[in-house]
Amino acid sequence: MAELRTETMTVNMGPQHPSTHGVLRLVLELDGEVIQSITPTIGYLHTGIEKTAEQKKWQQVIPLVERMDYLGAQSNSLAYALAVEKLLGLDMPKRVNDIRILIAELQRLASHLIWLGTHSMEIGAVSMLFYAIRERELLLNINELIAGFRFFPSYIRIGGLREDLPRGFHDAVNAFLERFPTKLDEYEGLLTKNDIFLRRTSGVGVVTQEDALAWGLLGPIARAAGSDYDVRRYFPYCGYETYDFAVPTATEGDVFARYRVRMQEMRESVKICKQAIARITPTGAWACDDTRVVPPPKDKVYTEMEALIQHFLIYSQGFTVPAGEAYVPVEGPRGEHGTYIVSDGTNRPWRVKMRAPSFMAIQALPKLVLGGLIADVVAVIGSNDVVMGDCDR
Amino acid sequence: MDAPAIINALGPLVAGASYEAAPGVDFATIYVAADRLVATCAALRDTPALRFNVLVEVTAADYFPRDPRFEVVYHLLSVPNRLRLRLKVRTTEMVAVPTVQGIWPAAGWLEREVWDMFGIVFDGHPDLRRLLMPEDWEGHPQRKDYPVQIRKAAQTYEPLEVSEEEFKANMARDRVKRPH
Amino acid sequence: MAPETHDHGLDPELPILTTTVERIVQWARKSAIWPAQFGLACCAIEMMAMAASRYDIARFGAEVFRGSPRQSDLMIVAGRLSRKMAPAMRRVYDQMPDPKWVISMGACASVGGVFDNYAIVQGVDQVVPVDVFVPGCPPRPESLIYGIVQLQQKISRSRA
Repeated sequence: MAELRTETMTVNMGPQHPSTHGVLRLVLELDGEVIQSITPTIGYLHTGIEKTAEQKKWQQVIPLVERMDYLGAQSNSLAYALAVEKLLGLDMPKRVNDIRILIAELQRLASHLIWLGTHSMEIGAVSMLFYAIRERELLLNINELIAGFRFFPSYIRIGGLREDLPRGFHDAVNAFLERFPTKLDEYEGLLTKNDIFLRRTSGVGVVTQEDALAWGLLGPIARAAGSDYDVRRYFPYCGYETYDFAVPTATEGDVFARYRVRMQEMRESVKICKQAIARITPTGAWACDDTRVVPPPKDKVYTEMEALIQHFLIYSQGFTVPAGEAYVPVEGPRGEHGTYIVSDGTNRPWRVKMRAPSFMAIQALPKLVLGGLIADVVAVIGSNDVVMGDCDR
Repeated sequence: MDAPAIINALGPLVAGASYEAAPGVDFATIYVAADRLVATCAALRDTPALRFNVLVEVTAADYFPRDPRFEVVYHLLSVPNRLRLRLKVRTTEMVAVPTVQGIWPAAGWLEREVWDMFGIVFDGHPDLRRLLMPEDWEGHPQRKDYPVQIRKAAQTYEPLEVSEEEFKANMARDRVKRPH
Repeated sequence: MAPETHDHGLDPELPILTTTVERIVQWARKSAIWPAQFGLACCAIEMMAMAASRYDIARFGAEVFRGSPRQSDLMIVAGRLSRKMAPAMRRVYDQMPDPKWVISMGACASVGGVFDNYAIVQGVDQVVPVDVFVPGCPPRPESLIYGIVQLQQKISRSRA
């Protein structure tokens, strides 16, 4: 009778894989189907954004930063703009803050929809991807309305916004907010009590609250493990303290708990959006008053000399930011997201570093899946909502 | 709590340490010496009044041509006490910084990335190798004396080799000239 | 022989259509191009949106995105290619059986895009031969569909 070989098998889930949410390489050592060790390798999408940003002027960094976490693009630019405005010492008018909050929450909805679609598709519910992208197309229509571009509108700028809201914005957002909660009910009806979904996600990828915080996993992962840390509550920005919303938490810390937390977060985001759109007037202030940073309106540029000079200086040389450093965290769709900025007093940044929640999530991946099955790896990566652009920068 | 208050709280806990409060527009910033780093971090994590249980970020900044050249920056967060803190360690290329991975496991890859990008060695780190760049890459890209663009075609079967003259030519081509 | 002078007659008596083997083969190849999943970055999300219900790419023949390159015809390089990823991409391309085509989607894949730095390959045509370049950052799904239609026309023009 032949000898039974008992050594472990090494399998490579290469950089090109349908379920790794981008270019992530995992080397798994398996004993049958049980994972003995897992080694993630990242860097396949390293773009050198931080080094490139040192060559650009302050305002030119915004498109670069947006392309980092490409699913939560406008929360990236919000984090960067807040940090630079902190160094500049600028205060935004209330309307600008309300619009920023609305855009950030709509971006959170868009990101969570892709999470829902891809996570469910990888677990097996393929049609969820089509439903989720159908809703997301409406959000991308709203992006297109404000800036002409679906994905990276660059609408949030240092000093405020790029321009005023267009006509039809309120109608579009209200129509979406009316339609969306019923759709969310439908999607929850598809998944939450689904036996297959439950068996693939309950008890899988469990992390305790202390471990989550020790490994730097903030955001929905920590909230599903029992913590109530949410940057919008702990260190409010843009006026979040005046909004009425709840922070959903769960205690089990497994994949299913993260699913429930994110679904509830979507409902809370809809609540915030409804409050925000009620406060925003169709026209009004769209930037702060500081003329060093905000370009003057175009009709003044064409008729007044000072406005022309100001416009020219801002767009050719750029404004200078006082020397110092700043880090302002925001609650991105993946967790705490912030930009650490060092300025040397010139018109270009000295150092820009983005704190990447997906980086910490992949670092903690061995902790979450050791001893599980290969299929659990796919479920856990999906539930951690990992974006490789965010991880590799 | 601002920087002087934290320094007062830390003073009796860590022997022989001297801290320097730095001005900051966002939250408390403290300079600490490399040899007192681990003891300071342990005190910051375990003291009930401070309880910095989350290491949010480890990064570095290159202030070439100033000496000491690098500053390693640690961002800490205390969830129970709602505090944030920035610790900074000044170092050079030759001096290693002790690792804080024993205190917060989150530091593992963060310190690897700092080594990969800046070349700062972390003492006691179990696995200090390239993270974001290919394993056979030479040089530390985010230093100020490294060019932004290396104009060479992509290699798929051999490692990329950049000669000295090509490197200098790339430095000269940078749009923003830094002193080097 | 130019295809226009060929007689593609439909005989009213007998249900027979005449054409060349080459045209049939190229028609079959272009009508069912199955892409391999090679989404790298942001353009991959637009590629997914193109495959979804609003801009359905299945109408144009790309029914399924195959997970394995060994079962696909087309590689849509969607996103920025870093130097670390270039060998892996070349391997995926080598694993695809002939006939195979490559669409370079987006500015980063075509010329390096916004990222003119040490980490990004300035154009994937340094690594694989590209048939169609689709500009944009990211290109709208309609642009990518136009690119695929251009590829289909290129296939029907070329020799089998």
